[in-house]
This record gives sequence, C-alpha cells and structure tokens, in this order.
Amino acid sequence: MKKTYNIEVDCANCANKMEAAAQKTDGVKNASVNFMMLKMNVEFEDNAEPKKVMKDVLKACKKVESDCEIYF
Amino acid sequence: MTRKQRKMLIRIIVSAVLMVVLAFVPIDGIIKFALYLVPYLIIGYDILVKACKGIFNRQVFDENFLMAVATIGAIVIALIEKSSDYTEAVAVMLFYQIGELFQSYAVGKSRKNISELMDIRPDYANIEVDGEIKKVDPEEVHTGSVIVVRPGEKVPIDGVVVEGNSSLNTSALTGESLPREVKTGSDIISGCINMTGVLKIKTTKRFGESTVSKILDLVENASSRKSKSEDFISKFAKIYTPVVCFCALALAILPPIFRMLFLSASPMWYEWIYRALTFLVISCPCALVISIPLSFFAGIGGAGKAGILVKGSNYLEALSKTECVVFDKTGTLTQGVFEVNAVHHNKLEEQKLLEYAALAESASSHPISKSIQKAYGKRLDHSKVQNIREISGHGITAVVDGKQIACGNKKLMNSLGVEYIDCHKTGTIIHMAIDGEYAGHIVISDIIKPTSKQAIAQLKKCGVKKTVMLTGDAKPVAEHVAKTLGVDEFYAEQLPADKVDNVEKLLEKKSKGKKLAFAGDGINDAPVLSRADIGIAMGAMGSDAAIEAADVVLMDDDPLKIPKAIKISRKCLGIVYQNIVFAIGVKLICLVLGAFGIANMWLAIFADVGVMIIAVLNAIRALFVKNV
Repeated sequence: MKKTYNIEVDCANCANKMEAAAQKTDGVKNASVNFMMLKMNVEFEDNAEPKKVMKDVLKACKKVESDCEIYF
Repeated sequence: MTRKQRKMLIRIIVSAVLMVVLAFVPIDGIIKFALYLVPYLIIGYDILVKACKGIFNRQVFDENFLMAVATIGAIVIALIEKSSDYTEAVAVMLFYQIGELFQSYAVGKSRKNISELMDIRPDYANIEVDGEIKKVDPEEVHTGSVIVVRPGEKVPIDGVVVEGNSSLNTSALTGESLPREVKTGSDIISGCINMTGVLKIKTTKRFGESTVSKILDLVENASSRKSKSEDFISKFAKIYTPVVCFCALALAILPPIFRMLFLSASPMWYEWIYRALTFLVISCPCALVISIPLSFFAGIGGAGKAGILVKGSNYLEALSKTECVVFDKTGTLTQGVFEVNAVHHNKLEEQKLLEYAALAESASSHPISKSIQKAYGKRLDHSKVQNIREISGHGITAVVDGKQIACGNKKLMNSLGVEYIDCHKTGTIIHMAIDGEYAGHIVISDIIKPTSKQAIAQLKKCGVKKTVMLTGDAKPVAEHVAKTLGVDEFYAEQLPADKVDNVEKLLEKKSKGKKLAFAGDGINDAPVLSRADIGIAMGAMGSDAAIEAADVVLMDDDPLKIPKAIKISRKCLGIVYQNIVFAIGVKLICLVLGAFGIANMWLAIFADVGVMIIAVLNAIRALFVKNV
C-alpha cells in the first residue's frame, strides 16, 4: 500500500535525513521524501497499519530533525 | 513570507542593530561579554537547542552542530585571549541565519512559481440540479453526469460536449497558445480553460482518472525519482560533514603538538583552534544540498510550462545524454492523416476526376475515402450515385451520372482488364477507370508534419549522433519520408515486435553512458517506449496508456518539442554541474586558505552563505526555458 503525506521541513538535507529515518522504520517497505513538493511517499509492508507506522515514522523523523512535521 | 520567516527576519534585524550599537559602546571585560551574549542568543538560540538535541539523538554532525561549535569556540577564544572580540561569533551566526532565511524564501518562492505554472487543478465542478447550477467537489461527480462549464472556468473532468460551442485555451496543458475549437460531440480534456461559450459536458471518466489528475500526479511525483547527481550529493553530504569535523579536530590538535615536540616552538593553541573553527563554518554543505534538487525541480517545472512533462529528475538527466533518437513514423513524424497529394489525369479535368472518385467512395468510411472526399471539398450529391459495390482488397465500382466508375488499386484494374499507368510518386495510388477506359490516378499519402524536418535538423545540431525511423509502412514510402527529413537510418515493414528487436540492437550499439530515446505517438508503442532508455510519448493528452508507459510526455504532437526537451535538460544539467563545481571548488579553496590561516571567519561565512545564495539563484535559472 502506498500513501502520500504532506510534510513540513526547512532544509533539503533535513529532508534527506527524514527519508533515511522513514526507510528504517518497521512496517515501511520504502519511503521517499520530496523536499520540493513537501511530500512524503510511503510504501507500507503488506500487514502494516499505516496510522500506527506513521506514528513511529514521525518519531524517528523528529529524532533526526526536531523541527519537522508530518500530517497524517 | 510565512510567519516563521517573518519571525526570523525580526530576529535578524534586532540582533544586527544590537551588534552595531554595541560596537560604539565603550565597555570592556565581563560586561562586554554579557552584552554581546544578548544578540548572540537572540539570533542563535534555536541553533544551539537543535545542536543539543542532535547530540542527544546521536545525530551529531549536522550544520547546527557545526555552527554551534564554531561560534561558541570563537567566543571562548575571545574570552581567554581577552581580545574581547565577540563580533565574529555573532556575525557568523547572523549571516548563517540570513542564508537560511534566504534559502527558505527562495525555495518557497520557486515552489509557488512552479505550482502556479501547473495551475490546472480545478477547484469545483458545476452540476445542474432541477435547473439550478450547483458547485460540487469534482471528486464527487460520477461518470456519465452532465457538468456545466462557463466561460473562464476550467474543465474539471474529461468528457464529451453535449451542448454548446466554444474555444478552449489549452496553454496550461500544451504550452500552445492557439485556442482549440469544440462543438457538440467533441471530446474534451480536463485542464483546459473554457473561453467563449457555455458548455455542457457529459463526463466519461471519474476525476481521479481524468487527464488533469494524471498530469498533476505525474508532476508532483516527478522530483521523487532522484537523479544520479542528487544521489551523489546526498551521499556526499552524508560523509562530507563528519570528515570535515574530524579534519577540523586534527587541525586544532596536531599542528600545535607538532610545534611543541619537534620545533620546540610555542604551540599557538588559540591560533590553530581558531583555524579549525573557520574550517567548520566553511564546511556546511547547504549550498550543494539545496541547489541540486532545486535545479531539477525548476528544470522539470520549466519543461512542464513548455508542454513537456518529464516524469522524474532521473529522466531529465538521461535526456541530456541522448545520443540516438528513434522515431516511429506514422503519427510522430507524419500526421497519420492521409491526404491527396497529387492527381494525375489524362482526359478529364482534375476536379471532375476527384468528384467521381469522391462520389464513388461516398459510402465508405475508410481513411482513404475520407481523404478523397476532403480533397474534393464540396458537398456530395448522393442522388447521383448508384450501385456502389465495394470489392474488398481491390476498390469500389459504382454508377455515377450514368457512367460506370471504377476506382481502386492495380488489382482492380487488372480484373477489369483496364490498362493503367504506374505512378512514379510514392504513396497509395488510386487508379480510376470510367466506362472501362483508364482516366488517371490519385496519389494519396500520409503527410509529413511541417516541423519534422526542422526537428531532425535541430536534433543534429544539439549533438544527437543518430536518428532512426521505424515504420510498419512499405519501403518506398519509408525511404521517401526518411530522405525528405534527413533521417540517418530507417527500417520499413516493421511489426511491433520487430521494433522492439531493432531498438534492442541500437541499444547495444550506443556508446557507454549515452542514452537512446524512442519517440512514438503512444498507440501500440508501449513495449518500445518502456524498452528504450527514455520513452517519449507524443500528443498524449487523454491517452492513459501512453502516459503510463512513457518517461517523457509531450502534451501536443509537435516533434520540435523533442530537441526542445533535450535542450532544456542540457541547460538544467549544465546548471547542476556549475553548482557542484562552483560550490565544492570555492569551499575547497577556502578550506585550504583556512588551514594556512589566510582565511578568517568572515571569508568562511562567504564560502558558506554567499556560495549558497549564488547557487540557489543559479538553480532558479533552470525555470526559464523559453529561449533555450
């Protein structure tokens, strides 16, 4: 399952870090952050619960870039 | 400006004013330190907080950390050395924040610019309920409903016109400024703007499947497919920052120890630590990390404005390396519409011959019959025609004005025992016989698009080494088209599978690192489109299969857009390389100068913020594609 979320982040490098953090989160098969459109595309594992996974993704992202936001 | 940016601007102004004022205040010692701390904290508190958080989260090496260490270090040195020069630390923080603000403003601005370019998203659809027009969300409109589009409104959903005449502005989709006329029965594509009359449209798709949604989806996801340059930069940034940090550490520790042990000179600790701090300021990778994706984003946006949709930064990058362009003939280089090219007659007048042919063919819907009727141009009086017989694979016989007319190919003439004259022209030949006597022939051929020749010439000029044409047509026709256009190679009588084979052979032959592009009209080319390095679909408005299969979608069917796309990609990649070389180059020079103590922190700040601003401005240039 693929979903797209709006995000808020200030710098391109931080966006790269968020992408790396999201990719490492459990339940995420693949993730990409589009800094220019301020969007995060997440492909979930088959049995994952998107809402629950996204909470972890946000937590992981906040760790690498405290000033970011994901709207889900 | 957003609220965040405004807040930052106020912080910058306040601390800058404070700094200037403090420079004129005659104070010294610990009071001076305390006073300077005020602007420093105003401008830099968030950086310090982020740096601390980074350390706690084991994400040490980021630009916040670099800035925090560099400025705190500078303050500490000033304190210990009693030089009381705190301006440097405050200035570094100040300029860093100015740079960040500028960057966020520039990115926000170009983000807005580009989304305005692609401003085709309809906000609502009008549906008629009990004679009243109601605005609804386009998502809620079912297939088969009738929507009303008034002049000045965007067509929200694909459909067929059921009532009304109007002209449409398609420039947001195709980059073409000429309006398109529609009337009852015309297919209509979402994203166009209705200009003159009220239209009632019966929708044929849901909003999600309509052209406008597909295009928006494509554009919004385009920069998610990252190019090699972007990958390179994000990998580079990942290792670069830690490496520079360790270099700075080495610079702070090793030379003083070396001086103490081997030169028995004074270690000059402060001097070397200061140089190390300069190192940290220079090393911030912002300029690179921001300007490369921004260039691609702007390039894709600019191309979109010209009616060229590129599906990803990777394809934009590949386009710039195009060495070989393979074309499908029909519908790509030629219009795919048959047209009467010549009428060779003997006894009768040309117009009379055409009239007989048109009347005889009047019942047929074959493209060839249609082209003859079109060439005749006048209204056909069907009462003149009788006894129409279509002999499949041969032609048609009919009685017109009491005369026995036969029109068809050689086989028909042979079977009727009429002696015919072969034609030297290439194309489909329609022989005509009247009352058993040969009356001449009509040459029909697919006409070449007016811009095809120019497109091939421009491709050559911008460095494409080879152009190839593939076609299912007969060899003489293919040869004629290839010669007229100046195509290097052509393969005739190709079935779809042969096209794939030929493209594979060409792929093997091309030089390393170069790319092969295939341009087709998207109808039954899907396998070739996906096999080529870059699949270019033309005139794909409304054709879902082509939008899916292709990597680059041309919104209209003008072959000139292909060299244009290549030029846009070259310009964009040129800017990317300029930025990479410029940013890395300036930083390396400054790092060396810093290591030798020639560069101070002021120069370091230029290397960081100045380079970033220049790189961002350069990146935005990729948006302007009108005259490439």
